[in-house]
Amino acid sequence: MSLFDFADGREGYYGDYGGTFLPEILATTVEELRLCFRSCKEDPAFWAEFVELMRTYSGRPTPVSYLENLSNKLGGARIFVKREDLNHTGSHKINNVMGQGLICKRLGKKRVIAETGAGQHGFATATMAARFGFDCKIYMGAVDVARQRPNVFWMENLGAEVIAVQDGQRTLKDAINECLRDWVTNMGDTHYVLGTACGPHPFPEMVSFFQAIIGKEARQQIVQEAGKLPDRVYACVGGGSNAIGIFQGFMDDNVELIGVEAGGHGPGSGLHAARLAYNDASVGVAQGFKTYFLQNDDGNMLETHSIAAGLDYIGINPILSDLWEKDRVRFEAATDEMVRDTLKLVMRTEGLIPALESTHAFALAVAEAPKMGKDEVILINQSGRGDKDIFTVADTIEDDHWKQFIKDKAVEYGA
Amino acid sequence: MVLEQYLRDRLQHKDLLLMTHVVCGYPSFEDNWRELEIMADFGVDMVELQFPFSEPSADGPLFVKANQQAVADGVRPADCFEFMKKVSDHFPFKVLMMGYYNTAFKMGHASFIKRLSAAGGCGYILPDLPVEEAGELHQLSQSKELAPIVLMTPTNTDARLKILGAAAEGFIYAVARKGVTGGQTEMGDDLKAFISHCRAHSNLPIAVGFGVSQKADLDFLRGKADIAIIGTAALKAWEDGGEDTLRAFFSGLLD
Repeated sequence: MSLFDFADGREGYYGDYGGTFLPEILATTVEELRLCFRSCKEDPAFWAEFVELMRTYSGRPTPVSYLENLSNKLGGARIFVKREDLNHTGSHKINNVMGQGLICKRLGKKRVIAETGAGQHGFATATMAARFGFDCKIYMGAVDVARQRPNVFWMENLGAEVIAVQDGQRTLKDAINECLRDWVTNMGDTHYVLGTACGPHPFPEMVSFFQAIIGKEARQQIVQEAGKLPDRVYACVGGGSNAIGIFQGFMDDNVELIGVEAGGHGPGSGLHAARLAYNDASVGVAQGFKTYFLQNDDGNMLETHSIAAGLDYIGINPILSDLWEKDRVRFEAATDEMVRDTLKLVMRTEGLIPALESTHAFALAVAEAPKMGKDEVILINQSGRGDKDIFTVADTIEDDHWKQFIKDKAVEYGA
Repeated sequence: MVLEQYLRDRLQHKDLLLMTHVVCGYPSFEDNWRELEIMADFGVDMVELQFPFSEPSADGPLFVKANQQAVADGVRPADCFEFMKKVSDHFPFKVLMMGYYNTAFKMGHASFIKRLSAAGGCGYILPDLPVEEAGELHQLSQSKELAPIVLMTPTNTDARLKILGAAAEGFIYAVARKGVTGGQTEMGDDLKAFISHCRAHSNLPIAVGFGVSQKADLDFLRGKADIAIIGTAALKAWEDGGEDTLRAFFSGLLD
């Protein structure tokens, strides 16, 4: 099945979700982007150019690793991991960003802007901009700037200007609003490199197109490594780009697809970002598209929370909303506490350090694997690496040696 | 249509009408009322009442702050409709709802139209609702004689302006420049050409907004456009010095 065979007059819609809801001033720009993307998508040479760029610059194809220790410890299904953390810049975000860099070049634009939550997308965009020679401005919620300083450091050193957004909740959604404000002003020379499969059409389709490289590779690799297709594929879902990336490899197969959202403090706490797994979200229109949002009865957005900055988003990929309603993708949530425990387990048993975002996918797989048969196969998308989260993780596990190191550094800097 | 006819009648006696803007509940409904009294004193012809939204992505810094503060203060669409009813009963100017589409979407199109009509509104401006998505809402508006206001912008192609012109009612909201609300706009040949471009695609009165903030701007627009839209500049005056400053602002504007 193709997710992108739109009915007449419904381009950009996935069931009831998606669409384009933008100020009129952007109509021409978005149409130009749509047409450019169409011609790229239909051009096999464009995909070949993209794959070659990712091979030589980002280390693709990323491998699939068998987690034998963890599988044995849990005593159920065999667990495999798609290693998007091994990409240059440390996450799957680079796939979309390099692809949009090629699009930006075709559009003849010289400046890129991007929002970022955890900082991975901003980091990747700053990298792409340096490589392609674009001017680059990254909008990041002030709360996220405070908790993700290492990524901010790299963005700035790669030549990007990082703006700490002080409006609203000062997280990802506010950074998106600020990008839209920049774009309505500077659309003439600027491409907006949206980081996830959300926002107005054609972004969900375009981001999915580039992230499909994960699923294309993974399907071949898992058959080779495990000798069969996986029974279940797990991916974390913030905006939902790594999930739709890997899921696309298995859409036509008898494979259960599981999206794992940020459960934060759990259901009923009001402190989470689980749009589909919990019952707090409803359909709305914001940030350029229609989907499930965490919003109140008046349509104003609610506070969200996650231990993982990259999952802390009010809305969700419209394609995933549709696949959830059609029972093609199951949605679950992992709480902050599950994520902490799972990260420790995965580090100790396998020597892997998944990003806190990706650890959500591990957490569900770890919970479900023991109940599965030994002949069954699980594939987890490790969308990013966790060393960027060193401050958050060190805080959470209250590591005394780390605290002492920070104190010593502070003294060294004259604090 | 009620709104269009009202504007045409007013244009018999005035060469340039004025539309102003208030963010409901910011800084408070009491302050809003005093602002509106001053606007009425200066003969303002139309007022947009903005329903606060948590994600005002088409607004500039001052309106962003106003939206957020009002949302944080608990201002709800129900409060805005109640206020609109009082305003439309009391003041001679016409009142429009301005806001973001999710406010209308979440309450349901039919309910939105019914409540807007009951509150005495005569139209609505939803800048993030493109005409392609507005079919049902526009249709529902007809039975209540509410005008869905369509925005035309300098980046639109001729083909697009034609579509916009066909969907518009009441008046055309011509966005004077790229960007968000509140910045500077150069009143020059480009804007003049853009306004006549809008005229070529619609017979409705043309209102010009975004960066219209001083007497010179109104002088420029006179004879080219039918309505000047004053948004951020009036709120800024109110923030700078309340009633006296806002009166002085309008005096200067209409001098």
